[in-house]
Amino acid sequence: MAKVHVTTTINDEPAEYLCEPNDTMLDALRGPLGLTGSKEGCASGDCGACSVLLDDRLVCSCLMLSVEAEGHHIRTIEGMAHGDKLHPLQQKFLETAALQCGICTSGMLMASAALLQKNSQPSEEEVRFWLAGNLCRCTGYDKIVRAVLETAEEMRGAAQ
Amino acid sequence: MTEIRYLAPQTLDEAIGAFAAAGSAARILAGGTDLLVQMRSGAVKPGVIVDIKKIAEVTAIEQTADGGFRVGAAVSGAVLAEHPSFGKIWPGVLEAINLIGSKQVQGRASAGGNLCNGSPAGDSVPAMVAAGAIVTAQGPNGRRDMPVEQVPAGPGRTHLKPGEILVSFTFPPRPKGSSDAYLRMIPRTEMDIAVVGVGVSLTLKDGVCTAARVGLGAVAPTVLLVEPAANALIGSRLEDAALQKAEAACSAACRPIDDKRGTIVYRTKVAGVLLKRTVAIAARRAGGN
Repeated sequence: MAKVHVTTTINDEPAEYLCEPNDTMLDALRGPLGLTGSKEGCASGDCGACSVLLDDRLVCSCLMLSVEAEGHHIRTIEGMAHGDKLHPLQQKFLETAALQCGICTSGMLMASAALLQKNSQPSEEEVRFWLAGNLCRCTGYDKIVRAVLETAEEMRGAAQ
Repeated sequence: MTEIRYLAPQTLDEAIGAFAAAGSAARILAGGTDLLVQMRSGAVKPGVIVDIKKIAEVTAIEQTADGGFRVGAAVSGAVLAEHPSFGKIWPGVLEAINLIGSKQVQGRASAGGNLCNGSPAGDSVPAMVAAGAIVTAQGPNGRRDMPVEQVPAGPGRTHLKPGEILVSFTFPPRPKGSSDAYLRMIPRTEMDIAVVGVGVSLTLKDGVCTAARVGLGAVAPTVLLVEPAANALIGSRLEDAALQKAEAACSAACRPIDDKRGTIVYRTKVAGVLLKRTVAIAARRAGGN
């Protein structure tokens, strides 16, 4: 099968790769691009472990063809920290142990960051609804929701 | 291994040409939230994938000259939610579209895809039927318009002709005192498939219902337009007697199946209950307009 050449931007850097026309974005990220932070849980858009931003919009990379990235901008968990400095959400997840096995974590972080970008002061209910597409089988969600709320509060404080 | 080709044409004519030429092996890609799952499971093995998201008309939201809206078939739920006025005028349509899947799915999934997927339980469809939305489709033989309720043919099937692509939905202008609402019954609070879905659009003048439409989902092989329920509401002040007639009409229209989500008896009962609740929400909203 003829491979397709894709030119795109990933985490603010130009990127190109070859893929099959029916590969998913997740296949390309974890394969030729070597960005294995995005995880494959269900491969059917239910679990959110593969969450990335497509032109700053939250999507499941398993529900997107890798050829569709042509000319667009993808943000992944690998672009979240600035060098050694973790994003406040990453720092808070670590400090409050808002994870156990870690499979859902990169998706949770990407989804939470997308929420805080849109809404700097979400209610607990808004956080829970927003994260309804990210499944976690370890934590029972409570630590994650609290970590997001605490981070939002701290980021608001830092912005003042 | 079968050869797959991916095409992303810039114009509708190109897309229709490619789609029609490839015949039954072709699939249209809008948000892909159904198509990619079907490909993954092996249920669908397309030879050609025609991505329609580079076509301006299919991804645009416009207000029409008469005060209505034209919404491209591939506009995602997240994009529609960010439109400054669509959700104020059609809150029921927007809430129905925004119930399709998670935030991640909302970033991609479209009302056009929801309709063309042909599920009797698609959340956006009853609300668009109630809204009186008109579908524009274009194929090798030209363009045609039809009411949303004429598109579904049965589970997984539509009345679109070979090579036809769904282009847009047109929502009519709204008279003063109009609004809409959508409610669905699911056993959980989020992220589930409707056991019953009800869309209601109505117009109130001095407390009297002067126009109404009712769309009912997940209780028959296709989403239904329930005219007897609407007729029970029109001319009334939405008093208990009228609501009971509309409730009975909704239950009478049901031809559901028994499955793990709900039984025939349960779905039939809930269709009527949800009708009354949905009317109450639409009427409250209409009162403010």
